[in-house]
Amino acid sequence: MLRIEAVGRRFAGGVEALRGVSLDVGAGDFIALLGPSGCGKSTLLRLIAGLDAPDTGRLDWDGGKRPAPGDIGYVFQDATLLPWATAEENVFLPLRLKGMAWAAAAEDVRGVLHRVGLAGFEGARPGQLSGGMRMRVSIARALVTRPRILLMDEPFAALDEFTRHRLQADLHAVWEQVGCTVVFVTHSIYEAAYLARRIVLMSSRPGRIAREIVSPLTVGPETRLDPAYAALVRTVTTALEGALEAA
Amino acid sequence: MNERLLRLAPALFGVLALVLWEAAVRLTGVPVYLVPGPLAIVGAFLSDPGGLLVALASTLAVTFAALIAAAALGLAMALAMSASRLARAAIMPWAVVLQVTPIVAIAPLIIIWVGNPFASLVVCAVIVAFFPVFANTATGLASVPPELADLFVLYGAGRWRTLALLRLPAALPYFLSGLRISGGLALVGAVVAEFVAGSGGFASGLAYRILEAGYRLQVARMFAALVLLSGAGIVINIGLGALGDAILRRRGLSAVAGA
Repeated sequence: MLRIEAVGRRFAGGVEALRGVSLDVGAGDFIALLGPSGCGKSTLLRLIAGLDAPDTGRLDWDGGKRPAPGDIGYVFQDATLLPWATAEENVFLPLRLKGMAWAAAAEDVRGVLHRVGLAGFEGARPGQLSGGMRMRVSIARALVTRPRILLMDEPFAALDEFTRHRLQADLHAVWEQVGCTVVFVTHSIYEAAYLARRIVLMSSRPGRIAREIVSPLTVGPETRLDPAYAALVRTVTTALEGALEAA
Repeated sequence: MNERLLRLAPALFGVLALVLWEAAVRLTGVPVYLVPGPLAIVGAFLSDPGGLLVALASTLAVTFAALIAAAALGLAMALAMSASRLARAAIMPWAVVLQVTPIVAIAPLIIIWVGNPFASLVVCAVIVAFFPVFANTATGLASVPPELADLFVLYGAGRWRTLALLRLPAALPYFLSGLRISGGLALVGAVVAEFVAGSGGFASGLAYRILEAGYRLQVARMFAALVLLSGAGIVINIGLGALGDAILRRRGLSAVAGA
């Protein structure tokens, strides 16, 4: 789906965020970009989204052309909803920007809100929703265009642990249903081990890909208690520590 | 009980001050042409309510015309500034110059240049009232979280759709708080302009009535006009505040902190 080749990015002021990053993203992948703060994970996500451009290297999409608006869904660390709009209107926004009328979009909007567990909250404004519910609206907004790739930038970092676990499980279920590609930025080893099929470890300053670990897990209700999950967390922790020491 | 007392405190304090004022005037025997008591002021108003209220209507006409013009001008210039860095660089210093220039110093020029008395008063009041709504709206247009702006880019929204669906709604609380401040300033600007115009012989508005009463040593009438002006200012402030709150409440928003 996407081949990232030797990408580098240096910001004004001389800070080198990424150097020589290469990664193949396949259709249907669930990739976690894992690393400490400041290792360029979010920068890489912005490059994939087309919100920023690399100084060196290239991003090659299948078919040779950039995805159209709506082919990429993006979920930020904060829910970043329009505070004056209802949950329904927030989720409708990407379709509205594509020129769709409400009548044509209503079914999709309500369907995706239902899928993320927000049936009955269509008319609520962000101020009336909890942090977890706002993030669900944000995920619904990213899914409503049926994106080919969903980019998520530490979306659960600001939530309490209980809410985070529930949203991780729900996200995984949605990913299995929808089948779109997900690139998920996190600095939580537990989150990466639980969610991702491929865990890409990044070392910092400048950000580089240190190693990739393929998850052997099949995620289910008991995954967090599964010894294989604990073993994966241990493997990832050891590998990340090694990568950071080597950097 | 304490909450109720707190709510009533301003009115109670006002009544107490008026009673003490009246008592002091009566006990000291100070002449009414120097310091009239509250009852003398009420008497001065009741002796010619029509004249003062017509003058108040004239001042309010200038005030509201200026407020509408200041809001439109402030919004237009804030939009121009948010659309172009060149426009921002060109406009901002001159807006500050306009804000810091004392209106009383330039009002005579404006009255000479504009010619039409009503229009010249409105222009003076616009100059005074324009800055808060302009500066607040410009701040509001720039207050959009960068992630939301990125989202609009990601979904291919053009400049106009981003303005209509993101920047203008985000700026609304700022615009309304600026409008509330500008409402009071429009009245101040109108009164200052009326004083300048009144000194030149143009008879209009409450400021002119204050000048006229001063020339005749009708100090109680001066106070009556002053009370009407203060009342008008309070009503404008509270009215615009309530209007802003109602609009924002309907949209699930709250006023800008500190406004």
